[in-house]
Order: sequence, then C-alpha cells, then structure tokens
Amino acid sequence: MTRPATEDELAEAIRGANGPLRVVGGGTRGMAPGGEPLETGALSGVTLHEPGALTLVAQAGTPLAVVNETLREAGQCLPFEPMDHRPLLGTAGEPTIGGVVGGGVSGPRRVRAGACRDALIGVRLVTGEGRAVKSGGRVMKNVTGYDLAKLACGARGTLGVLTEVAFKVLPLPADMRTLAREVRGAPEAAALMSRALASPYEVTGAAWDGARVLLRVEGLEGSVAYRAGKLGDLVEAEPLAEDPWAAVRDAKAVAGAGDLWRVHVRPSDAPAVLDRVPHERALLDWGGGLVWLRTAPGTDVRALMGVPGHATCLRGAAPPLHPPAAGIAALEEGLRRRFDPRGLFRGGPLRREGPGAARAMAAP
Amino acid sequence: MQMPAPDARIMERRAQVASRLRAVLSPGAVIDDPVATRAYECDALTAYKCPPLAVVLPSSTQEVAAALRVCHEEGVPVVPRGSGTSLAGGALPTADSVVLGVARLNRVLETSPEDRFIRVEAGRTNLSVTGAVEGLGFFYAPDPSSQLACAIAGNVAMNSGGAHCLKYGVTTNNLLGVTLVTMEGEVLEIGGAHMDPAGLDLLGAICGSEGQLGVVTEATLRILPKPEGAMPVLVGFDDPVTAGACVSGIIEAGVLPVAIEFMDRPCIRATEAFAGAGYPDCEALLIVEVEGSEGEIEEQLGAIEAVARRHDPVELRRAKTPEEAAAIWLGRKSAFGAMGQLGDYMCLDGTIPVSELPRVLGRIEALSREYGLEVANVFHAGDGNMHPLILFDANADGQLERCEALGAEILRLCVEVGGCLTGEHGVGVEKRDLMGVQFGEGDLEMQMRVKDVFDPGWLLNPAKVFPLGASEGRRA
Ligand SMILES: Cc1cc2nc3c(=O)[nH]c(=O)nc-3n(C[C@H](O)[C@H](O)[C@H](O)COP(=O)(O)OP(=O)(O)OC[C@H]3O[C@@H](n4cnc5c(N)ncnc54)[C@H](O)[C@@H]3O)c2cc1C
Ligand SMILES: Cc1cc2nc3c(=O)[nH]c(=O)nc-3n(C[C@H](O)[C@H](O)[C@H](O)COP(=O)(O)OP(=O)(O)OC[C@H]3O[C@@H](n4cnc5c(N)ncnc54)[C@H](O)[C@@H]3O)c2cc1C
Repeated sequence: MTRPATEDELAEAIRGANGPLRVVGGGTRGMAPGGEPLETGALSGVTLHEPGALTLVAQAGTPLAVVNETLREAGQCLPFEPMDHRPLLGTAGEPTIGGVVGGGVSGPRRVRAGACRDALIGVRLVTGEGRAVKSGGRVMKNVTGYDLAKLACGARGTLGVLTEVAFKVLPLPADMRTLAREVRGAPEAAALMSRALASPYEVTGAAWDGARVLLRVEGLEGSVAYRAGKLGDLVEAEPLAEDPWAAVRDAKAVAGAGDLWRVHVRPSDAPAVLDRVPHERALLDWGGGLVWLRTAPGTDVRALMGVPGHATCLRGAAPPLHPPAAGIAALEEGLRRRFDPRGLFRGGPLRREGPGAARAMAAP
Repeated sequence: MQMPAPDARIMERRAQVASRLRAVLSPGAVIDDPVATRAYECDALTAYKCPPLAVVLPSSTQEVAAALRVCHEEGVPVVPRGSGTSLAGGALPTADSVVLGVARLNRVLETSPEDRFIRVEAGRTNLSVTGAVEGLGFFYAPDPSSQLACAIAGNVAMNSGGAHCLKYGVTTNNLLGVTLVTMEGEVLEIGGAHMDPAGLDLLGAICGSEGQLGVVTEATLRILPKPEGAMPVLVGFDDPVTAGACVSGIIEAGVLPVAIEFMDRPCIRATEAFAGAGYPDCEALLIVEVEGSEGEIEEQLGAIEAVARRHDPVELRRAKTPEEAAAIWLGRKSAFGAMGQLGDYMCLDGTIPVSELPRVLGRIEALSREYGLEVANVFHAGDGNMHPLILFDANADGQLERCEALGAEILRLCVEVGGCLTGEHGVGVEKRDLMGVQFGEGDLEMQMRVKDVFDPGWLLNPAKVFPLGASEGRRA
C-alpha cells in the first residue's frame, strides 16, 4: 500500500509503479477492483476558503465531512449535495472530496444547482506518466484552455490521481420546506414533478419514493414561505414536517439485497423505464431524470429500458458502466491512453477488457 | 501576432478544392470568389484580417460531414464559424483554410417544456433560442451582450457567459448535448436530453474548445422557467476599493443576486455623456439585480441595502418601476457603445478572485499612467470577470503595440493574483501567446493530447489557443 503525503511523492510513486494501481479515497463507494492500493488520505486539508468569493479549494484526500463543516461554519455549502454511499452499499470508511469528484457524485439539488462537474472550477492531477497537471483554477469564470477538470470529474480515477480540487460554493439556504402529495402511479408522479419544476418557484428537489411526490424549496425565510404556499396551491401538495432529503440523497428507498442500478433518462421517460424493467423497489430523483432501481440479481436493465439514456450498475454482475456507442468509445479509449499510457489506473470500474489488456496496451 | 505561413501547395489547389466541395454541397453553398470571401476575413477582433481559401455554408449535418471529408482528404485546414462575433480572433482564417459557417443551420428541432430543454441547430442565434421558448414561460440563461447576433455554435465553442451567470452559470452549465462532426466527417451524438454522461464527460471538454475538436451542428440546451420579476439597485461609492469590499459583503451575507455589475469613474463619465442615464458622478458604482415576486425582491434588496449602507455609499437608488429599472441598466448596457465614441478600445477579459479587486484596480490605474493610455473598468463583479477597456488611437504610430503590451501586463497581473487570462471571450489568437503565463509545458501538453485524440491531423482551427511554438510539431 502506498500513502503519499505530497504531490511529488505521489508522482514518484506512480512513476515507480510496475503494475495496476487502485486509487482509494475513503473506499466507500463500492467494491474494490484489482491493483495495488494507492491511498489519498494523507493529501488532506482545506487549502483555501474565501466566503466572499464563494470558493473553496481542498486537497483531494480531505474528508467530505471536513469540507462540509468548513463551509457550514461560514454559512455555505457544496451546491450539488453529494450522497453518502455507505448506508446503501454497506461500506465503511471516510468519504473523501477526491472520491466525490472521481465518482462525479451529485444529489437531489442537481436538478436546480447543477452537478458536481458544474461546481468544480479547477483540479490538479497526476497522470499515469507521473506528470502533475493543472486545469481551471480558483475563479468561477475561466475559459482559458480546455476544461480538463470536466474530464477528470466522474472518470473514476482512470485519467489520473486528483491531488487538489476547487469548487464554486453557495450560501447555505436560510430556510427549507418540503411539500408532499400522495401519488401511486409513476406517470402521474413524473407529470406532477415536471409541473413543479416548470414553475417559477425554484424547486431544488423533486423526488418520488413510490408513495409520495416530494418537492423542496430553499432560500431566504420570507421567500421560502411565499414559494411553498404558491407551489402547494399549484400542485395540491401539503407541507411535510420531517426532512426527507438525506434519505432521498442516499437512495434509502432502494436499500436491501439485490442488484442496484442508477438509470439516467429524459425525465418524462422515467415511467416507461419502471414499466419495462421488472424491479423490487424504485426511487425517482431529479424530477424523474434519475431512476434508482433495486432488481432481482441478473436483471439486464440496459437491454430492457428501451429509451435513450444510460444505466450504471452499482451492485451486480453486469459491467458497472453503460457501454458507449462505437465512436464515443474510441474517443474515450484515446483519451485514457494519452493520460495513462501504461494503463496503471484501468483496474477500476471503467475497465471493459480483460485483466491483461492494460499491460498489453501500446503507448500513444 | 504571428500566423503560420499559408501552405502554397494548398493555395495552388483552390479551384480543385472548391469544385470538390461544390460537388457535395447544395448550390450556392461554396464561396471562393476572392472579393466575396473578404466578408469572412475576420471576426470582431478586427485588428487581424485574412481572407480564406474558400467559405462553405452547409445546410445540414450531412453536408457538414461531406464538406469535412473533402477537406480532410485534401489536407485543408478548416476554421468553423458561427456569427463571427468572437473578440479573440477565434474565427480568424488563414489564407490556406476553408471557413465552415453554420449560419444556415438555424432551425428549432424540438422543444420540451416538460423536460425543460430545447434542441436547436447550432447556427441559431442566442437570443432567438429564448425567443422560441418565451411563449411557454421559459428562457435560455446564458446571455452574452452579443446575444442578438452570436450563434449557439460560437457560445458552445467559447463557453460564453453573460450578465446573469453568477446565478445561472455559463454555457457549459446549460448544455446537455451536442451533435459533433469530427474532422474525418464522422457524426457523433454526445449527451442528450438526460443528465450526466455514462462514461467520460466529453461534452465538458468540447464546450470551450474553440472549434478545435469538431464542428458542432446541433445542441440540446437546458431552459429555465422565467422568474416572476426582477429589480436592480444602484449603489454609488466614493472609492472603487469600497465598492469591491461591498461585493464580497453582499455575497457573504447569503444572498445570491443574478448579477453584480461594476463601473468605475472613467466608464461612468463616458456613458453619462453618451446615454445620459442619470448616474451619480462618483468613483465607482454597482448595479445589483435580484429576482422573484415583489415580496422576494423586497426581502433580498433589503438585505443587500443593509450591507451596502455599512460601506458608506454616496448614493443608494432602488428601482421601483420597470422604467426606473431600465434607467439603471441603460448606462451599463451602453457602456461599450459609449467607449467606442471615445476612440478605439481593446477589451480585456481576465478573471480575478473577488478579494483581489481593490489591489488589482489600484495596479491597473498605475499601469495605465505608466503606459499613458486610459483604462476604463466595467465588469461582472460577482464572479470577478473583469473587462478593462484600454483606450487608444489605432491611427497613431505605435499605439496599438503599446495597447497590446499594456493588455498583456494586465492579464499577467490577473494570473499572478490567482485568476486567469480569459473568463468568457476565449483564447483565440489574442491570448494564445500568453498561455505560458498561466500554464506550464506539461499542462499544455495534456490539453494538446486531447486535440490529438479528436483531430489527429490538427486540421481544425490549428493556429489558435496554443502558442505556435508549442503546437508546431503537431501542425506540421
Ligand atoms: C459497479 C460499480 C458501479 C459504480 N458506480 C458508481 C457511480 O455511479 N457513482 C459513484 O460515485 N461511484 C460509483 N462506483 C464506485 C466507485 O467508482 C468504485 O467502486 C471505486 O473503485 C471505489 O473507490 P473507493 O473505494 O476508493 O471510493 P472513493 O474513495 O469514495 O472513490 C470514488 C472514486 O473516485 C476515485 N478516486 C478517489 N480518490 C481519487 C483521487 N484523488 N483522484 C482520482 N480519483 C479518485 C476512486 O478510484 C473511485 O473510482 C461504482 C462502483 C462499481 C463497482
Ligand atoms: C459587442 C460584443 C459583446 C460581447 N459580449 C460577450 C459577453 O457578454 N459574453 C461573452 O462570453 N462573449 C461576448 N462576446 C464575444 C462573442 O460574442 C462570443 O464569444 C460568442 O459566443 C461568439 O459566437 P459566434 O457565433 O459569433 O462565434 P464566432 O465568432 O463565429 O466563432 C467563435 C469561435 O467558435 C468557433 N466555432 C464557431 N462555430 C463553430 C461550430 N459550429 N463548431 C465548432 N466551433 C465553432 C470558431 O472557430 C471560433 O473559435 C461579445 C462580442 C461582441 C462583439
């Protein structure tokens, strides 16, 4: 196991590696693929937090909890509300901010405030050749050069090891209210969420847990009271006393034994997915744009879904990621080879060929 | 600014290339008459001009693919073009290149209020996207000041921003998918009406790649419900440093306005003379706009005014009617026109951390005196995206060069304090040779490898973004 404490040490470890490496942040986001563990936990600490500029920069191994706490003390938060995978996947460990970026993890507020990749304004990473590279920076408007930060976000560590990540943050909402309405059918639920999201009341969460449609408004106190009232009238929903959003974020409704899937579709296609794919439990988030499914083992969600979009298998025998169309696959392959010519980081979930493939690959 | 010497072997084949292009495109889609190609010799960075070998104006994705296949086989560089409003020379041709304009691709393909997106052909203008969904109660958020003219194609290529991006983000945050045609003529669907990619975020790399990775022919854009209302407040200060501190104060107070715009005295004076908006004669002013219902506007402006009062404003003027709101925006919206009245100007676009505003404004003032050229500042203060305007006389000997040197100094300063060379206009040819100030060799190498993957022959807009020395071996 390697646990570098500086970017230089990390680069050296990568240059010296002679077999596959497995980048481990907190190790909370699911099963461990093969390779020598390369831990990021010693690259830890918030390096800059400027509340007046809405920016935070942290080393990649910083625990997510530390990032959240630093922001909370200044009345701010990460806009994209990353989930905690531990309850769902039954994993232990301390989720890191690098793992959040590596996984491109976004929660319910994504529907209004954007995804992890939208808040990410800069990265430093070390490539498979041990080269430290930066892209973006610490300012929220920056079009200087290509946006490699977007490529690294959600790459599950296959392009390189992140050492530092910078975010645009948001004021922590002063107030929050949830409205709920009992809805049994998915088509009705999707239509209701769509109506709420098309209203001017800035809905920051729209989910359906199989029994209730849940809608959230956040902001200044007076504003929240006003919008909750208007929205309640529009969709005939009632205020809910409890706060269900941590449960929605962590997909509690689909917890339990079986295969686990995240299906990304056009929101109005969500009912069709539920109709066609046999499942044990389901949860709609992002107004229907994200379909969580718990299925019987071996259910081939990709073959059954029948609408455009893609499906990620979080637990099950299926390959984790949806196979891309041929032209896209060639571009992705080309990019991975140029960032990681020796295929050191390809033991992870993006791997699609046999274990020997990494070593057999030629340099670009 | 240098451009690579045109390839004489390509120039000799102008007639052959044009006839091959004619064979695959609709009648009237190929322009190779040297007088007519002059209409495409530059974009809005008019200091640099060069008519291309030919211009093609395809009317479908298939025609774009066919034209690119011809150029690829002929080894001819291609410069994609939307409306030609780039301020960075992104659409500047070379004499041996074919300009591929997408202006004829301007249809709306699908509008979905229930899934909150619109799919358009990429030549459609920014403002007419909002025009297509306004009736349904929606708008397209990124709003560059050039929105009447600029195309979605250019917006995607430059990752353009606008006055409202503090709240709504820039193009990349409002883009769900594109149809991309590679230099080889392969048509790829990247992203779509769903959120987040299955694998690598190729869309994120394409947005902002300045026409170097592929030609965008269609785009799926996120649309948002129109807010119930909007209202600005104008705050005047007797020194710019206090105005800068007030910006941070507002943001720290937990309110997120849609826009915080900043103007300094030279800019205020010029716009007053030009538009007569009735601004106070002060050292700096902020225009802060918030959205919502009447009560929500009241609540937010109340919080903002409380912060502003702590910074001893010389003027605090809240709009109460749409007419008063328009009057507050009038000066800001005519700022560029007003500066144009004073002579030639060069518009910079560096971004800085908001906290550095006071120091950077002070340094710009000192540099302005040192170079003997006046600089006016008008910019999106909430996100630190500065727009220093350097005034000069293009006809006076050496002034353009002096102006460019001052501009480079200011951009170096932006990078030095933790910011960047360009916040929304792009690198193009204008900031190409300064890339080494912000990036190391390894950083640029990895960016160029991305281009290697999409365009191995380096035929798409090859002389932009990267310093010519750095890209030389690849452009061969
Ligand atoms: C079938 C399957 C599907 C998955 N789908 C998803 C999904 O949709 N969303 C999701 O978030 N996760 C998903 N994962 C989880 C995760 O990508 C992998 O399981 C990972 O190998 C677990 O890494 P970890 O235990 O270190 O977790 P974490 O430390 O939490 O890291 C998460 C991911 O980021 C990478 N990473 C961590 N730190 C860094 C760093 N500093 N630089 C670069 N990369 C870094 C890791 O390699 C890993 O891929 C999936 C996993 C599997 C097996
Ligand atoms: C008065 C004025 C005000 C402006 N205000 C703003 C502002 O507020 N915010 C802002 O961000 N910008 C602003 N701009 C700059 C400019 O309008 C933007 O950069 C705009 O996005 C350019 O769009 P265009 O269609 O004119 O692109 P063009 O100028 O034609 O091209 C710009 C770049 O895009 C590439 N490109 C064009 N079409 C394609 C395609 N189909 N596929 C791939 N690449 C392509 C070109 O090769 C070039 O590199 C302003 C410009 C002017 C003149």
